[in-house]
Amino acid sequence: MMLDIQNVRKRFGDREVLKGISLTVDKGDVVAILGPSGSGKTTFLRCLNFLEKADGGALVFDGAHFDLHTASKADIARVRKKTAFVFQNFNLFLNKTVLQNVTLGLEKGRGMKKNDARAAALRALEHVGMADRLESYPSQLSGGQQQRVAIARALASDPEIIYFDEPTSALDPELIGEVLSVMRQLAKEGMTMLVVTHEMDFARNVSNKVLFMADGTAVETGPSRDFFENPKADRSRDFIRSILAARE
Amino acid sequence: MAFHSLGRERGDSMVNEHWQMLTESFPQLLEYGIKVTIPLSILSFALGLAVAVTVALIQYANVRFLRRLCRFYIWITRGTPLLVQLFIVFYGLPDIGIKLSNYLSAFLVLGFNEGAYMAETMRGALESVPRGQMEAGYCAGMNYVQIMGHVVLPQAFRTAFPALGNSMIAMVKDTSMAASITMAEMFRQAQIISGQRGDVLLLYCEAAVIYLLFCTALTWLQRLGEKLLAKRGGVRA
Ligand SMILES: Nc1ncnc2c1ncn2[C@@H]1O[C@H](COP(=O)(O)OP(=O)(O)OP(=O)(O)O)[C@@H](O)[C@H]1O
Ligand SMILES: [Mg+2]
Repeated sequence: MMLDIQNVRKRFGDREVLKGISLTVDKGDVVAILGPSGSGKTTFLRCLNFLEKADGGALVFDGAHFDLHTASKADIARVRKKTAFVFQNFNLFLNKTVLQNVTLGLEKGRGMKKNDARAAALRALEHVGMADRLESYPSQLSGGQQQRVAIARALASDPEIIYFDEPTSALDPELIGEVLSVMRQLAKEGMTMLVVTHEMDFARNVSNKVLFMADGTAVETGPSRDFFENPKADRSRDFIRSILAARE
Repeated sequence: MAFHSLGRERGDSMVNEHWQMLTESFPQLLEYGIKVTIPLSILSFALGLAVAVTVALIQYANVRFLRRLCRFYIWITRGTPLLVQLFIVFYGLPDIGIKLSNYLSAFLVLGFNEGAYMAETMRGALESVPRGQMEAGYCAGMNYVQIMGHVVLPQAFRTAFPALGNSMIAMVKDTSMAASITMAEMFRQAQIISGQRGDVLLLYCEAAVIYLLFCTALTWLQRLGEKLLAKRGGVRA
């Protein structure tokens, strides 16, 4: 076990958005986080990386214990060093070129030497097929290209786990494929990933675990195959049925 | 006929006299423009910008007490005339033992005055940078100061660039106010020469033309800068 997520709770005002979510992640796992809109998927991921301060819960990361509510700045930095985040709307640094987008965090955040950062960035950008656009600015790229650069930025820091929050939801349909194929490639290479997604093919065929959330609770957690072929909870069944129906 | 030509001669000599006055005073005024107006504008602008960025950052970071202080400064500065501020600092402060030269007074007052306007510009520009930029920076392992310096502030400056350019232009024109605190700058020089030689209208128009030259050059630089920024991905999608 690499990462144990325990009982994450979060409320906004008097609205309880996460009512105690737990998840165990092994090295090489690809966990698809599914659930209807508003069920708390984004908030869950954001809490794991301290972008949102949880009201309670803990991480056991490589044996080290981190409280999600009371973690110190140093602990937060430690956790963030092991992780990377890919956002729905990319969030590339708009004033930086493709290459700088990847190297900036390596140099400033991780204290890497310029040449090492450049080498790592080039490797990562090659990986996502963006090594030919090093000097472009985000505004000059398509959404799919921007997201691939964002994935390269995540990869380059050599994280133990990458969190994806609906990485293809902001993309035009014809651009989704290029991003999914990069993610499929990463999964094949054994990268550990937590992926909030509405892409059922990805959840079914690429992920090995599913966390199905509804109303801030973990309704069902288990192997992807079981979830799709033999869902235990009624809500899971309804969800799968509604997704299949929406496809017809 | 004879009378007529006499009149024309007299008229010609008068035109010549004005012309001579112009050609003599223009280099003098221009010299003051270059030696005083431009450096004073640049220095005051630099001070204003430093003040503005500090004040905007404090408000952005939302430090309670300091934030109040900043709002107070902006309120006072924007709510009182520049001329009055100049008089208070140069003529008023000596009453409580603070004697500043007219140069220093002009520098400080112009800087802090325009600084209040530019602080509002910068605050708006900072707030227009998407929150996700900060979050992406944190996830990439950077800290607040690093993200500010490398990501958020540069973007804010791009957004603010046209408005800051306008502030610089306003600054150039506002330096003429320093004439009122006996500072030997371009406009005061025009006043002095016109006192000695008359030709008030011409001299003041001449000063106006030089201000216009400076401001036109600045507008031109501003456009150039915007084009360069746009080339470097400055346009936000
Ligand atoms: N910053 C916030 N302040 C207040 N309420 C919030 C905030 N962020 C999220 N919420 C609320 O928390 C609930 C869960 O939001 P969240 O974004 O985590 O859902 P989600 O499962 O990611 O939904 P979607 O599939 O639409 O992205 C929603 O009801 C949302 O309105
Ligand atoms: Mg979401």
